[in-house]
Amino acid sequence: MMGFISYLVNGISLGSVYALIALGYTMVYGIAKMLNFAHGDVIMIGSYVVFSTVSTMGLPPAAGILISVAVCTVLGVVIERIAYRPLRQASKLVVLITAIGVSYFLQNVALLIYGANTKSFTSVVTIPPLSLAGGALIISGETIVTILACIVIMIVLTLFIRHSKPGRAMLAVSEDGGAAQLMGVNVDGTIALTFAIGSALAAVAGVLLCSSYPSLTPYTGAMPGIKAFVAAVFGGIGSIPGAFIGGILLGIIEILGKAYISSQLADAIVFAVLIVVLLVKPTGILGRQIQEKV
Amino acid sequence: MALLEVESLGISFGGLRAVDNFNISVEKEQLYGLIGPNGAGKTTIFNLLTGVYKPDKGTIRLDGENMVGKNTIDINKAGIARTFQNIRLFKDMSVIDNVKVGLHNHHSYSTLSAIFRFPSYYKVEKEIRERAMELLKVFGLEEECDYLASNLPYGKQRKLEIARALATGPKLLLLDEPAAGMNPNETGELMDTIRFVRDNFHMTILLIEHDMKLVSGICEGLTVLNFGQVLAEGTTGEVLNNPEVIKAYLGE
Repeated sequence: MMGFISYLVNGISLGSVYALIALGYTMVYGIAKMLNFAHGDVIMIGSYVVFSTVSTMGLPPAAGILISVAVCTVLGVVIERIAYRPLRQASKLVVLITAIGVSYFLQNVALLIYGANTKSFTSVVTIPPLSLAGGALIISGETIVTILACIVIMIVLTLFIRHSKPGRAMLAVSEDGGAAQLMGVNVDGTIALTFAIGSALAAVAGVLLCSSYPSLTPYTGAMPGIKAFVAAVFGGIGSIPGAFIGGILLGIIEILGKAYISSQLADAIVFAVLIVVLLVKPTGILGRQIQEKV
Repeated sequence: MALLEVESLGISFGGLRAVDNFNISVEKEQLYGLIGPNGAGKTTIFNLLTGVYKPDKGTIRLDGENMVGKNTIDINKAGIARTFQNIRLFKDMSVIDNVKVGLHNHHSYSTLSAIFRFPSYYKVEKEIRERAMELLKVFGLEEECDYLASNLPYGKQRKLEIARALATGPKLLLLDEPAAGMNPNETGELMDTIRFVRDNFHMTILLIEHDMKLVSGICEGLTVLNFGQVLAEGTTGEVLNNPEVIKAYLGE
C-alpha cells in the first residue's frame, strides 16, 4: 500500500513537470494555432543554463534559476520573431516543419557548446525528504518542490489570464485574432508574450526535471517535450486546465506503468493511452467540441 | 470639413474590380447609410476603411489624417471602430470582458505587475471595470455582465458588439448590417440605440443596412453602391426616390 502511494506521489511529481511543459504547448497552440515542437528543447537549454551558472560558475541556485528563466524567455521570443512570425500567413505544415528545424538547431547548438557527454546535474532543491507513516513512506524534497511549484504556477497563470489586461488579450486573440486586431489588440505582441510565458515555464520545468532526473544531454528535452505534447493533446489542446490534468494523469500512468507492468513498456503505455483517448474523445478530456455545420 | 473623406477609392481581387472610384463624405455626428444590393462591395469598403484590405487606389482621411497604409491596430487607435455582419464577439469570454478588450489601449500597466499583482494592477483594473460597467449600463447589459457572450440573446449580442466597438474610443463607428436577423421589434429598439449612441457619445456613424425601415428611419444621408461603384448619393429622401436606385433594387 505504501508502495502504491509512493508511486502515486512520484507520478504526480513527474506529471507536474509534464503539465508545466504542456502549458507552453497548449498556450501557443491556442493563441498562435501552431505546434511549437522546439518547446522541449527550450527546457534542455534552460537546464544547461542552470548547470553552467550553478555547477560551473558556482552561483546560488536561485540566481541560476532566475538567469535560466530570463534566458529561456528571451530565447522563446527570439525563436518566435525569427522563425515563426515571418510564416504567420504560411500553411500550417510549413510552420510545423520549421518548428522541427528549430528543435534540431537548438539540440545541435547545445551539442557544440557542451558536447555529447552526459553532464551530471546537481539538484537545486535543498529541503530534506519528508518521512511519513513512521518511515514507511519517504517523499523527496524534489518531489515536494515540484508539486508545489506546479500548483502555484497554475494558480498564478489562471489568475493572470482570467483577470488581467494582457490575459484578456490572449483569450481574445485565441478566439478571433482578426476581430481582436480590429479592436486595437496587438496580435503579434500578444503572441510574443505567449511564447515568453511558455518558455519561462519551460525553464522552470527543466530545472525541476533535472533535479529529479539528474542526467543532462542535448537530447534531454526531446522525450519530455513529446510526452508533454501528448499530455496537452490528452487534456484537450488549447485548454489550460486540460494541460494540467493531462500532464498529471500522464505522469501517474507512466510511473504506475513502470512500477506494475513493465519499465521497458512504460513509454509505450503512455502512447497507447493517448491513442485510446483520441479514439473515444478526439478533442481530448477538456477539448472544445468542434461543431460541424450541416 | 467632413470627419470622413474618401476619394476615388478602389481595390481589385484578381480580375474583379470590387470597388472602383468610390467617394464618400460623412460629416461629424452624422448618421450616414451605405446601401446597395448583395455583392455590391459594401463590406469590402468597411474592410478598406479599417485596414483589413489595402486599397490599390484612392485616399481615406479621418479628421484630415491619412488612413491608407496604416495597419488595423493603428486605424483603430486613430478612431475607426466597427461591428460585424456576422457577429464576431469573443463568445467564450464574459460580457464585461468583451468590453474590457475594447478598452485595451486606454488603460495600461506592465505585464509584470499583472503577474505579481502590484498596486498599479488593482488600480487600473478597477478603472477598466468601472468604465466597462458604464458602457454596459448605457446598453442595458449591466445585469448580464458576467454571462458568457454566447449566452446573450441575439439582439443583445448586437448591442454588446456596439458597446465593445465604442469602448475603443472611436471618432467614427462603422456598423455592418446591425439589423440583420432581427425581428421588427428588435429593429425598432436598435434604431433607438443607434440614435442614442449618436446623441450621447456625439458619434459619427456609418452603417451598412438592407432593412429599408431602419435606413429611412434614421439615416440622414445615403450612398448607394452597385457593382462596386456609386450609383447615387444625397439625402435619404432624395436617394430613395431616385429612379436609378429603385431600378437597381427592384428591377424594372
